[in-house]
Amino acid sequence: MTALDPAAAPGLPEAASRRSPLAAGALSRWRAPASVAALALLPLVLPSQALAVNVLIYGLYATGYNLLYGYTGLLSFGHAAFFGTGAYATGIAIGAFGLHPLAAMALGIVLAGLLALAIGALSIRSRGIYFAMVTLALAQLVYYAALQASGWTGGENGLRGFTVARIGLGPVGLDILDPATKYAFVLACVAAALAAMSRILASPFGAVIEAIRENEARARACGFDVERTKLLAFVLSGLFCGLAGALSALHLSIVPLDSLAYPLSGTAVVMTLVGGAGTFFGPFLGALAVLVLEDSLSLWTSHWQLALGVVFILFVLFLPRGLGGAALALGRLAWRR
Amino acid sequence: MQLFSGVALGAVFVMLALGLSIIFGMLGIVNFAHGNFFMIGAYAGVFVLERTGSFWLALLLGPLLVGALGLVVERLLIRPLAGRSPDDALLLTFGLGYVLVEGVRILFGSDGLPVATPEALSGVADLGIGLFPVYRLFVIGVVALVLLLLWWALERTRLGLIVRAGARDPEILRVLGVDIQRLWLWVFGLGIALAALGGVLAAPMRSVNPEMGSAVLSEAFAVTVIGGMGSLLGSVAAGLLVGIVVSLTALVAPEMANIAVFAFMALVLLARPHGLFGKPGLGT
Repeated sequence: MTALDPAAAPGLPEAASRRSPLAAGALSRWRAPASVAALALLPLVLPSQALAVNVLIYGLYATGYNLLYGYTGLLSFGHAAFFGTGAYATGIAIGAFGLHPLAAMALGIVLAGLLALAIGALSIRSRGIYFAMVTLALAQLVYYAALQASGWTGGENGLRGFTVARIGLGPVGLDILDPATKYAFVLACVAAALAAMSRILASPFGAVIEAIRENEARARACGFDVERTKLLAFVLSGLFCGLAGALSALHLSIVPLDSLAYPLSGTAVVMTLVGGAGTFFGPFLGALAVLVLEDSLSLWTSHWQLALGVVFILFVLFLPRGLGGAALALGRLAWRR
Repeated sequence: MQLFSGVALGAVFVMLALGLSIIFGMLGIVNFAHGNFFMIGAYAGVFVLERTGSFWLALLLGPLLVGALGLVVERLLIRPLAGRSPDDALLLTFGLGYVLVEGVRILFGSDGLPVATPEALSGVADLGIGLFPVYRLFVIGVVALVLLLLWWALERTRLGLIVRAGARDPEILRVLGVDIQRLWLWVFGLGIALAALGGVLAAPMRSVNPEMGSAVLSEAFAVTVIGGMGSLLGSVAAGLLVGIVVSLTALVAPEMANIAVFAFMALVLLARPHGLFGKPGLGT
């Protein structure tokens, strides 16, 4: 069974013919290791370690979002809810219950997935713009709930007091206060997530979500359960974003209320779009571009968000397929010559 | 009493949701910067008020100024996106929101401005069934007047007929020789001016700050979703309903007021996925 080949999924001539099966097979086999290798080099080229870790975390967050927006074609505006839930659950599990950091992360991911199941079940029935508004409003519900439950979440001040210095893995322990070790740990988590993501995209399920993006009516006519597939994509996307949130909690040792706020939902959309929606490495490119831009602009002016907004408008107007999309188009052009 | 101040709050939501709904119904885009235009409206009102000392002038000029800004935005940013996925416009207006918020921070600073209730409208009035703040009565009156005007313009004039036809089928309208781009330009400007009017009206009821737009955007969305996308009647009914729900919740359990809107929306969606007055074909 050549599960790695999207062409292997039955009944989807449209999805299969967009790329040559051979190229798709080779691409999907190497994209995860190649991405991880590229990310391993980040600390060498970026000015600070913290920036590099942020690229990993937000790139992963955008990658999770990309599964829903880029591949399934669903524009959600509420993904901060999953990032924030992952972060808060991890922090609370460590701080209040003394759970092992890895178990706490697992809990954070699972809770983010359950929340995605609930929000997805409510919102999946609406389409397009309506879907974006419903997801945004439901995520706001989570935001205000966290704001009110300040006994657990610290309310407006954010969650504190769960600093993790060492993650024990049986006989060995990782000192994650050491920047290089921390980077390696986050990268390992991201690598596992990327391997899973690559596998998901290359599976028949991955072919079906792309078919839904391209033509929902036809996918339904082909006999696929569109609603269930969308919901599954929503939940999977929430799981990845939950992991990103959990990593961010470990990295920062605090969970600011902002990690549930709707501008962070926008961040996922921005990064995915800037990097290239529906491309495998695009979200990381987007995270890199946005964070580096933010970093350098904030040195230069306190109003860096103005410049960010302008850059973003220019992207929508002139480069709708993002950096990754443009790079792929260039690559294809070169390949043909 | 609490029910009543809910109606005044709801009236502001109605202004926001109407603008969102009109822009969506005609141009097919969701304006993510709508809350930010509401915020700009409040600042424009304060600006005019400080220069002229007249609240009435602020009420008139604020929306006009911001509406004019809306025309520029439509011409330069929205129009080039014609024919592209509606998602693109949504993303573009999201980016625009950043620009507007930071623009205001640069011009007016990050701190909130308090706005005093205009003297002629301060105090309370005795309506026989209780005492009501005059300003809130005034807000309800202005919104009712605008609604009446809008209803008349849409339902009773030739231009309104064209606008309603354009929402159904812009292609046919184009074939019939209507300059649809110009129509879109003015409809966008009108929607923005309505948001700005909401901002000016809200200014004395809450402090004016750069973040106030983001705070109302999700509520305006909830109102639009509850009412049904593109339905004017739905926007009005849902706006008032949400205002009342918020105020009554604030009375019983103040800390739940923010959550109530969205919980209410979730309940409505469970029963009617396309909103109270929405048509199943539109957006769902």
